[in-house]
Amino acid sequence: MTPNILAAGAALITFAFVFLLLRRGALREKYAVLWLFFSGAALFFAVFPGALDWLSQILGVAEPVNLLFFVTVVLLVLVSVQLSYELSRHEMRIRRLAEEVALLRDEISQDRTERDGN
Amino acid sequence: MPSNKALIAIPAWNESGSIASVVASVQEHRPDADILVVNDGSTDLTAQEAQEAGARVVSLPFNVGVGGAMRTAFLYAQREGYQALVQVDADGQHDPADLDRLLTGLKDADIVVGTRFHPESMYFVGGPRRWAMVLLSKALSWMNKGTISDPTSGFRSAGPKAIELFAIEYPADYLGDTVGSLSIAIRQGLVIHEAPVTMYFRQVGRPSKNALWSALYLGRATLAILATGLKSNRTPREDAA
Repeated sequence: MTPNILAAGAALITFAFVFLLLRRGALREKYAVLWLFFSGAALFFAVFPGALDWLSQILGVAEPVNLLFFVTVVLLVLVSVQLSYELSRHEMRIRRLAEEVALLRDEISQDRTERDGN
Repeated sequence: MPSNKALIAIPAWNESGSIASVVASVQEHRPDADILVVNDGSTDLTAQEAQEAGARVVSLPFNVGVGGAMRTAFLYAQREGYQALVQVDADGQHDPADLDRLLTGLKDADIVVGTRFHPESMYFVGGPRRWAMVLLSKALSWMNKGTISDPTSGFRSAGPKAIELFAIEYPADYLGDTVGSLSIAIRQGLVIHEAPVTMYFRQVGRPSKNALWSALYLGRATLAILATGLKSNRTPREDAA
C-alpha cells in the first residue's frame, strides 16, 4: 500500500504545482493541460491499482509495472521532442527579429541624420 | 537607388583592430561599391571603428553567428535593391584585390565562390583536415555538377537571384553559412562558379586541427548538407520574412 500512497502524493503535488503555475499565468494552457492530464492519470492509477492490472492483462503485458514504465518513457520522449521543436521555432523567430531590429535601427538613425541635416 | 552598385558585406564579431583597415582596403579597391558592416553583437569598438572608417554599420542586438549576420546583409541588399553582394571577412584574411574577379564572375553565374586552392595559392592544409575538405568539395561538386574546390570559403559573391534566395533562407548553424548555403543554392538551381583568390593566414588564434577535429568537422559538414539538402521546399511560416 505504501508505494501507492507515495505515487498518489507525488501525482497530487505535481497537479497542484502545475495548477498554481497556470493560475499565476506562468504556464500557457497548452502545456499546463498536458501536465495536468499526466498527473491526473498518475493519480488515478495510484488510487486504483486494479485498473493498471486490468489494462496490462488486456494488452498482454505480464508485469503491470512494465506497462507503466513503458508508457511513461514514451510520453516523456514525445514531450521532449515537442519541446525541442518549439525551441527551434523560437530560436528561428528570435534570429529573424534580431535581424529586423538591426535593420530598423539602421533606418531610424539614417532618418534622424537626414532630418537633423535639413 | 543603388541599382548597379555592389554591396560589400562584412560580418564582424569583435574585430576591433582589423575592421578599419579591412574597410579602408575595400574602399581603395572598389571606391564605387557600398560597404555594409554587420556588427554581430560585438562587445568591443567594432561598430564605431567601422563607422569612422566610412562603412555603413548595422548592429544585431546580440551575437547570432555568421549565418544570421549574412542573412541580415542579404535582407538589406534585397530591400535596397542591390544587384550584387560580396562577402568579405573582417579579420583581413581576404584580399580586396580579388573583388573585381568575384564581381565580374557574376556575369554568367549566380554565386562565385573564391577558392583558396589553385596553383598560385600560398594556402596549404595537410593531413586529416585536407582529406575532410577534399571529401566535402567532392560531395558539393557532385551535387553542383561543376567543381566547387573550396566550399568552406567565406569570400564569395552573389547575384540578384542568390540575394533574393538568401534574404529568406540562410542557415545559422556551424558550417551552414558556407557549406549549407551552397547546398540550398544548388537545390534551387542557381549557377555556382568559382574563382581563384588569395588567402592571408590568420594572425592570431590558429587552432590545432587534428584527426579527431577533422572527423567531427566532416560529421558536422555532412549534417549541414543533409539538413539543407533534404529540407522540404516549404519554408516554415515562422521563419519567412
